[in-house]
Amino acid sequence: MNIFMMLAPMSVFLGLLGVGAFWWTLSHGQYEDPSGDAARILLDDPEDRPL
Amino acid sequence: MAVSHDLSPAVDLTAFLKRRPDAAPTFELRVKGARCAACLGKIERETAALPGVTSARLNLTNGKLTVAFDSLADADPGAVVLRLENLGYPATPYDPAQAADALDREGRRLVLCLAVAAFGAMNTMMFSVPLWAGLFGQELGPATRVVMQWWCALVATPCALYAGRPFFESAWRSLKRRRANMDVPISIGVLLTLGISFSETLLRGRDAYFDAAVSLLFLLLIGRWLDHQLKLRARSAASDLLALQAPAATVVGEDGVERRQPISEVEVGDVLIVRPGERIPVDALVQSGSSEIDNALLTGETAPVPLRPGHVCRAGALNLSGVVHLQALARSEDSAVAAIARLVEAGAQSKSKYVQLADRAASIYVPVVHSAALLTFAGGWIVGLGPREAILRAVAVLIITCPCALGLAVPAVQISASARLFRRGVLVKSGAALERLAEVDHVVFDKTGVLTEGRPKVLDAPASTIALAAPLARASSHPLSRALAAEAGPGPCADAVIEHPGLGVEGIIDGRRARLGRAEFVGVSGRANLETELWFAFQGETKIRFRFSDRLRPDAAETVAALAARGLSVEILSGDAPFPVAMAAEGAGISTWRGGLTPIEKSEAILALQSEGRRVLMVGDGLNDAAALARADAAMAPGTALDASQNAADLVFSGEALGAVVDAIDVARQARRRALENFSFAALYNLIAAPAAMLGLMNPFVAALAMSGSSLAVTLNALRLRRRA
Repeated sequence: MNIFMMLAPMSVFLGLLGVGAFWWTLSHGQYEDPSGDAARILLDDPEDRPL
Repeated sequence: MAVSHDLSPAVDLTAFLKRRPDAAPTFELRVKGARCAACLGKIERETAALPGVTSARLNLTNGKLTVAFDSLADADPGAVVLRLENLGYPATPYDPAQAADALDREGRRLVLCLAVAAFGAMNTMMFSVPLWAGLFGQELGPATRVVMQWWCALVATPCALYAGRPFFESAWRSLKRRRANMDVPISIGVLLTLGISFSETLLRGRDAYFDAAVSLLFLLLIGRWLDHQLKLRARSAASDLLALQAPAATVVGEDGVERRQPISEVEVGDVLIVRPGERIPVDALVQSGSSEIDNALLTGETAPVPLRPGHVCRAGALNLSGVVHLQALARSEDSAVAAIARLVEAGAQSKSKYVQLADRAASIYVPVVHSAALLTFAGGWIVGLGPREAILRAVAVLIITCPCALGLAVPAVQISASARLFRRGVLVKSGAALERLAEVDHVVFDKTGVLTEGRPKVLDAPASTIALAAPLARASSHPLSRALAAEAGPGPCADAVIEHPGLGVEGIIDGRRARLGRAEFVGVSGRANLETELWFAFQGETKIRFRFSDRLRPDAAETVAALAARGLSVEILSGDAPFPVAMAAEGAGISTWRGGLTPIEKSEAILALQSEGRRVLMVGDGLNDAAALARADAAMAPGTALDASQNAADLVFSGEALGAVVDAIDVARQARRRALENFSFAALYNLIAAPAAMLGLMNPFVAALAMSGSSLAVTLNALRLRRRA
């Protein structure tokens, strides 16, 4: 029972962490432009070229 | 006079800058044609390289480019538009007033509620699964059960109170207006469930339904979010269409500098310049220049009208051939369009009186369910159960009948129906529109631009004659010339072309001087000048006449036949002269038609049909149709329609095919069938579950199982609509 008293709050806390992370992505506009983000990964940064 | 259609770099677009007191000004444009990573990189790089630009970011999902400038003094939005045009991406500035409300607060809130409900449902489940095991005689001491129940309460209660807010607020608003919508039983159900679960936990009972309360909200929020997505997509598509119409006017200042301004900022007395291909922004008096205007979208007339100094032209007319200087006679909201806008508003109000299927279901459902719960309580008491047991059973009835499946039944159907129509090129603006469309039994078509293609085609001229005149036609922007050029296909252009506004074009073909235009311009005298013909001649040679007519859409007759086969009656209401309307009616196989109608008469004709008990679908594109579109039970407009008409319409179809009307009606009818199936499924489920709850056969496990099972069944039934594309 003791271990339950420790694990239960921990699992709820981890769940809350997930909700918090989701809230963060939402408020930082991560879902504003899905197709743009998918395309951007293909673009090279101009500074990144080998010398 | 040579005519240019490009935005000249001299045009000042600073009115479209979004000014913020504490930060650098930004400029928002809608860019057409950007689809891939290469486009994105090119646009951002090239725009950011312009002087005065600090950053440029393109949203590939909605095509919106946001450009930030150093300072107001350095900002040159015109250069951005020009650079994009040169790169091959036509761009239109967003009205700063419209762009402001693009932030989707409501959607974010729903997603956050959904996330909280999901967290709540899953974490409550963690504690309720052992409780369910306890119900089936597994080892679970009373102390452990209480601990588990308290954990459930701790997680579920805050989550349910937070995630339920959209429902509580909507229910409260509805109750204040003394009506009961679907959210009322949802809210009562959730709050009662939480309350009774608390009392059970305190009294050491076994029936705590915390998990049911949150998972119910989770499932309902999915439905609510789907519904919101549907509305959002339609709204953003509509505002994109608006942005593409570029609600801007070119105003000539006292210093002679041209400025692009939002139409709403044009004042009476301003001098405006309107180039060929642009629309007249406000009612205005022609000061200088001559041209022809196309009133097709305003009145439905197909023939262009000549425009000379001293004439008055109405907002919305399309300038065809010459550059004209105008003096504004009215502000945008006082222009002739405004009267139509008021009619549109009145029509939209009558439309909002339509009660949606789900609310109609709710108005029967709510009293039945609540009296069933009351009956259970009273009956239980009479039969001899204790008050606690009687209350528990009554609440169990409320929980099990909470309209979870109903909340999903309609949005799930509507979203799959509109996704299917979207693939066919039909944009659905609201779910209610589909419901209204399904009930339609009479279809009214406008003629110009709906039944017909809305642009002239050459009538029976041999290809060799067309080829003779084609080099001159290619050099002109007049619609008749363009029709001629389109008929001839690509080829050489005439040299030294001069466009004489309102008369025609003159140029040199193979060393010979030639003219194309009105009869007197080409040198034909003594003929009544018809607006639907064009004359061509080499200097001193025989004059050739081309005649034009607005052709029916290729599938017009087929569409009318298909509508008739579905039991719908068809009619034409047009603002054009009776003769062309009769021709079009004959061609399309429509026996009932009326021509020469004013916008108000059109709207009244619809009203008369409605008072006979008909449900009318109006298909129209012009400003003269806007009032009728708003008045009709359901309305469709082609993608080429004027923005006012697209706003008044419930569905907008793109492409050439009129068959979209038939498709839309078919899908709407199917969607209605699915929604009714879902309702009857939900009713059947309640018919079995509610008596079981009354008899006390309900426990938390059965409640959870029954609720998610019914929601799943309803959603899967809705998805069937999507598959049969």
